[in-house]
Amino acid sequence: MASTGDLEPTHYPARRAATVALHYLNTHHGSPFRVFGLQQVHKASAEDVAAGGRKYKLDFSVTDWASGSEGPALRCSADVLFPQTERHSGPEVQLRCEALQQINRTAQEEHAFYQRYISPDSAVSARDIPDSYGNVSEEMQPFWRLARVAASFIMLRESSERTEFNMAQVASVAQQGSSEEQLMLEFVVLLHDFPSQEIIQWKLLASWSPDRGVRVLQTEWQPRCPHATKPPN
Amino acid sequence: MKGLLVLTALFVAVFGKKTFEGDQVLRITPKDEAQISLLRELSEQEHLGLDFWREPVHESLPVDVHVPFHSLQGVRAFLGYHQIQYNVMIMDVQDLLDDEEREMVKYRSFPRSTDDFVYTNYHDLNSIYSFMDMLVAENSNLVSKIVIGQSYENRPLNVLKFSTGANRPGIWIDTGIHSREWVTQASGIWFSKKIVTDYGRDPVLTDILNNYDIFLEIVTNPDGFAYTHSRDRMWRKTRKPNSGSSCVGVDPNRNWDAGFGGAGSSSSPCTETYRGPSAHSEPEVKAIVDFVKSHGKIKAFVSIHSYSQMLLYPYGYTSTPAKDQAELHELARKAITSLQSLYNTRYTYGSIISTIYQASGGTIDWTYNQGIKYSYTFELRDTGRYGFILPANQIVPTAEETWLALMAIMEHTKNNPY
Repeated sequence: MASTGDLEPTHYPARRAATVALHYLNTHHGSPFRVFGLQQVHKASAEDVAAGGRKYKLDFSVTDWASGSEGPALRCSADVLFPQTERHSGPEVQLRCEALQQINRTAQEEHAFYQRYISPDSAVSARDIPDSYGNVSEEMQPFWRLARVAASFIMLRESSERTEFNMAQVASVAQQGSSEEQLMLEFVVLLHDFPSQEIIQWKLLASWSPDRGVRVLQTEWQPRCPHATKPPN
Repeated sequence: MKGLLVLTALFVAVFGKKTFEGDQVLRITPKDEAQISLLRELSEQEHLGLDFWREPVHESLPVDVHVPFHSLQGVRAFLGYHQIQYNVMIMDVQDLLDDEEREMVKYRSFPRSTDDFVYTNYHDLNSIYSFMDMLVAENSNLVSKIVIGQSYENRPLNVLKFSTGANRPGIWIDTGIHSREWVTQASGIWFSKKIVTDYGRDPVLTDILNNYDIFLEIVTNPDGFAYTHSRDRMWRKTRKPNSGSSCVGVDPNRNWDAGFGGAGSSSSPCTETYRGPSAHSEPEVKAIVDFVKSHGKIKAFVSIHSYSQMLLYPYGYTSTPAKDQAELHELARKAITSLQSLYNTRYTYGSIISTIYQASGGTIDWTYNQGIKYSYTFELRDTGRYGFILPANQIVPTAEETWLALMAIMEHTKNNPY
């Protein structure tokens, strides 16, 4: 059923590919004060490639969730390749977004946040962000964004043409001892895959500093009762 | 006298205090007349701010005194110095007051009318069921409650019927079929209040209700909903156990007899899109099926979900276009244009299978095949930032904008009888 040629930008084949590009964008440019969301897909097309995968060409806009309810939209274009391999391997993305380098306004906030939590006796820990009612405290917002960015590494890696991932909730965050001047955070995140409607739980260890950005050091899929089944792919 | 000097020496200046934090209530047991006298002298020291709940009267009677925090050390020193026996009856007066306040608020927050009800927050099942009863009681000539069946765990499946006359064709709206989609039940509550408010005031709605009944099932999956409150906020399905499996629940939006068992639903009980052992196996689904069939004159059917901001029409189980696709597509366009006009919320629209994914055994595929032409599914806010856990401050804006789309669908239904 895969369509080739021009795709309806608002329908799922284009949207899934754009979501992959979005995750890629967040892994490269996300921070405690910057995380992007998909605003709109303008144009999309897909074609089969020689090696057996499918390549999508996308023209879409994103907004930075950290800049108020609806910040200015950023225009991006991307090539997303879903390889066809025996075992799942993550998609390959090439991405160009306008004016990304010019977004430096968060440097001060990042620095202040870093200074606050890098101290040896900082031991942040929290559960359920947001809570059941959608509340996120002011203090937890940057941690939610960090989790979303870190989760993007997993979402990107796990994506295929049959998935569409979002982060549903941060089940927990626990600060670990800082290492090499990086904030070390252990997250348990709940991912939501739209086509299967499954909630998939991952534990991950991420580091962050203003200089090095977000890195994901370890990931571990966790079963969720009562659906204690194997992970997708 | 010496005792009082000690006391004064330990006296701390009084400063304004708004709470009773750290205050204690002491129960003193004077053993003789001399101690009674001492306690009476103590009671005359106004700067201590003592409040005797039981005055010193007789040596056999206990003396209860509320001692402000700033005087505690001094009073205890005084009692100790004079070897007057006492024990602490209340360790912290403010704590006690806080507990009491919490209890009172719990009762105070039971709204006394639907005008008191807090539409800007999420509520549990009991509150929603109480709301329904209140709405009916306040508008008994317009609203009644029908129980169309029982959930697996024997909860009533309540439907509000808005009707101004007998034997009318009907419009059906359901919310909360997937229990974790909390903004939908919350919107359903808001819709029901909107209907009673606007009947007789808004000409379009009044005209609709003078010709059609509206049926609104706010908590379509009450077992799942209760579970999202008590155990797992992310629960989607019903709560019926599956024989031969430790996994519970069936996806009520894959359980309908339309392409049942096909691609787009799962045969494993341990998945979120498990279709169930057979079509209509879930009592929550069967109840609606029976209702629709016995009513016989439902003309529009809208099933409301979240999230992803879409308005969808059949089919989900097949890519064969619905017979009325052109009309449904155009009406969807009108409806989401109305929706967007309020807060600029962007919706996507189209058939289920092309827009969102292939899904078999879905609600509106069944209702459409029953002949209910205007069969639609909504996916409400947002597009993934908060997903199922939409902040409560978005409930009312979501309900308001969605209502405009619903009105477009209902108005078109009324203007195009079939």
